[in-house]
Formats: sequence, C-alpha cells, structure tokens
Amino acid sequence: MLKKRVIPVLLLRDGRMVKGKRFSDYRDTGSPQTAVRIYSAQDADELVLLDIQATTNGHRALLDILHLAAEECFMPLTAGGGVTSLDNIRELLLAGADKVLVNTATVTRPSLIKQAAESFGNQCIVAGIDYRADDNGVPKVWIRSGHEPTSLDPVDHARHLADLGAGEILLNSIDRDGMMGGYDLKMADAVAHAVSVPVIASGGAGNFMHLAEALSNTAVSAVACASLFHFGDNNPIRARSYLRNQGIQMRNLK
Amino acid sequence: MIGIIDYGAGNLASVRYAFEKLGVEVEICSNPSLTLRYSHLVLPGVGSFRMAMERLQQKKWPSAIHEYVAEGRPLLGICLGMQLFFDEGEEHGPSLGLGLVPGQVKLMYPTDHLNVPHVGWNRLYQRYSHPLFEGIRDNVDYYFVHSYHCIPANENDILATCDYGGHFVASIARHNIVGMQFHPEKSQPSGLRILKKFTDWNGKC
Repeated sequence: MLKKRVIPVLLLRDGRMVKGKRFSDYRDTGSPQTAVRIYSAQDADELVLLDIQATTNGHRALLDILHLAAEECFMPLTAGGGVTSLDNIRELLLAGADKVLVNTATVTRPSLIKQAAESFGNQCIVAGIDYRADDNGVPKVWIRSGHEPTSLDPVDHARHLADLGAGEILLNSIDRDGMMGGYDLKMADAVAHAVSVPVIASGGAGNFMHLAEALSNTAVSAVACASLFHFGDNNPIRARSYLRNQGIQMRNLK
Repeated sequence: MIGIIDYGAGNLASVRYAFEKLGVEVEICSNPSLTLRYSHLVLPGVGSFRMAMERLQQKKWPSAIHEYVAEGRPLLGICLGMQLFFDEGEEHGPSLGLGLVPGQVKLMYPTDHLNVPHVGWNRLYQRYSHPLFEGIRDNVDYYFVHSYHCIPANENDILATCDYGGHFVASIARHNIVGMQFHPEKSQPSGLRILKKFTDWNGKC
C-alpha cells in the first residue's frame, strides 16, 4: 500500500531560508544547507525547495542548494521558482531535482507543461497552484508569488493542468499560508477528486492534528508544511510517529 | 569498478553520489566500447521509453550492453533503466527496447481509481530469495515515481512485486540482470543498502 507523505517545504530568498504569512512578512529561518541536512537525517519523505526570487535573480542559489542536497541526501527533491522554459527544467533536473515545480507559467504558458511532460515524463512535472478568496469569497488562482490575480477557478485549473501532463499538483492556500490554523480541507478534497494525479495540500499546517485531518478526511496523497517544522520543536520523525498512531499508513524505514 | 551508462538522458549524478557514499569506485561511462572496464554496470533512466531508446541507439549502446551481459557481469536497471531491458514499450508510441528480458512495458491501470503516476513510498513482496535483498525485510518502503510498469513474459523473472491497486512488478532478476522500478538512490539508507548488495553481487544466483 502506498504510504502518505509529509513534505517539508523550504522557501529560499537571497540564499537564505525564509517563511512568511500569506505570501508576505517573510522571516529568516536559517541556513537552507543546514535545514536540508537535518531533514535528511530525519528521513523526511521528500523535500520541496522553492526559490521565491528566482524570477529576478535567476537559479544560481537554487542550483547550489540542489547540488548539495543531491550529493549528501539520498531523498526525493522537488525544485521550483521562476521556471519558465524547458531549459530551466533540464538544468534543475541535471542539478539533482527529481521533480520540477512550475507555477506562474501554468497560466502564462501552459504549453510548457505539455512539452515538459513529453520531454521528461509527466512524473517529474509538478504543477503549483496558489489560490486565495477574492472580494466575494470566491477562490481564484493567483500567480507571481501571490502578486497577480487571475480569473481561474483552482479546481478547473488543476483539471486542465493534469490533462496537459502535470504528474502531481501542489495546491497552496495563500489565505492560510503561515497562519498555522489548518489546511483548507474543502478545496484540497475538491481538487484531489477532480484529478487522477496525486495532490499535495499546502498552506496552514500548525500542528500534527492538521496533518492527520488532511490525510484522513480528504483524498490528498501528501501534505506539505513549513511553519510547523520551522517554529517549535516539531520534526518529520515526530510527525510520522503521531500519524502512525492515528492509524495513517506511514513509511517503514527498516 | 561500477560504471553508470550515460546516454544523455537526465540525472546520473544522484546514482553516482549514492555509490560514492557507499565508498565504492564509480565512474560515468559515455563510451560504449569501454563497458568491459567495469565489474558492474548500471542503466539509470529518467524520461520517456521512446526517447531513451532513441538516445541509446544514437550512441550505439544496445550492442555494447548485450556484449557486456554475455560476459556474465552484473547489470542493474533503475526505473526507466529496468523498463528498457524489455522487448517493447508504449510510452509516446510503441518502440522496441533492448530485448534483454522478454516482456512488455505498459501504462499502469490500478484498480479503485488510484492516481497515476504512482508516486511515493511503498513496500515490496519478494517472490524468492536473491542476493540483492538478502537479509532485508519485506516491509521496508522504497520511493517510486512512475506511470508505466513491466510485464515479464517469464514468471521466474519477477523477483518482487509491489501492491498499488493490484500487484505490479517492482523488481526483476534474470541471470546476471537485475532491475528495480523504485529508486534506491532516492530511498535514503534503505535504498543505499540495496545498492551495496548489488556492488557485492557477482552476477550469479
């Protein structure tokens, strides 16, 4: 039986690791090199590395941390931030990423998803969808790290991207990001039911109960978290053991 | 020395780093005429079946791999690498594989509407004992990420299966050839342990 995954997300900015609330108010949370080594020692199921400044600064910082992660940690790595071309994807894969996350370009250049799936296989293309409620409370997809609204419905967009060849969807609630009040279970479940590829819920995890809720009560395959592990003494080992006690199938290491 | 076949497709670095971590001598091999320098050869794989076969053919790898196998030395295929050992694949249109192991590679259709690709950690069910898994318990999870699966023509070539909406082939063994659908190089200590078993194996069962 396939196990549920808990995936730490490392946001990178200027070569440091940061974490914000609702995609702003970023706080420094330390060295990404150290974090990668610690998560590896704790046998995290997978890591997501996102450079929120790659659009302006290029991929140098992200490539450096990927090289280190690939050389020292023998775990699945997803990399993203400012990915707009097949060359970007190829470069990140060669640096050690197993999967590449495409976000803004899923709206501005959706053909990239199709081309990338054909060139590299759909299993290594992750579509990132950031969404937040508009003034009427209707959820819409936002792009450019939450700076630009679109008129797209997150569920329809997810379906479209899966049809184009995305092998996985990372679904992130901007309203809940960094707030530690729990995931948007309703949207996570709606998207997971709308597509036939795995969905990772992101945005809002503040305690282990939130992880259990999403993994037991929705159809998502995995949960992503950042603040939960950054602030406080929680880690993937404790998360795994809590979730196992809740009857959720987690990975056996030996 | 371990040789990792470089046919210009995807990330070989992770596989090389994993062997380096184990303290074994390893080299990326881009020249098909040099395969006999190696005691063990690895065919990694990222990308699609069809594209990978085209690249292998362009670089004249198929005959070199067949010659290497005829020497009785151990050959390991990882993920797409294992799939390429078979007769035929259907990813992005039908195409012939290396023909080292009789059988086909087809898209997965798990029951219960489970997601494809199969992504994440899952366990094995060993069919018989083999030096590759000696002393390793069945319930250990390994990292899988794939949409296609191998269907060997000979039952005996199935070394282990994995359950994902029905059992599919997770590992194969045929004489001096072994393959893994999961990624040992991405499965942390559990995966490295299997790679170590491969380096210690002389190709005989």
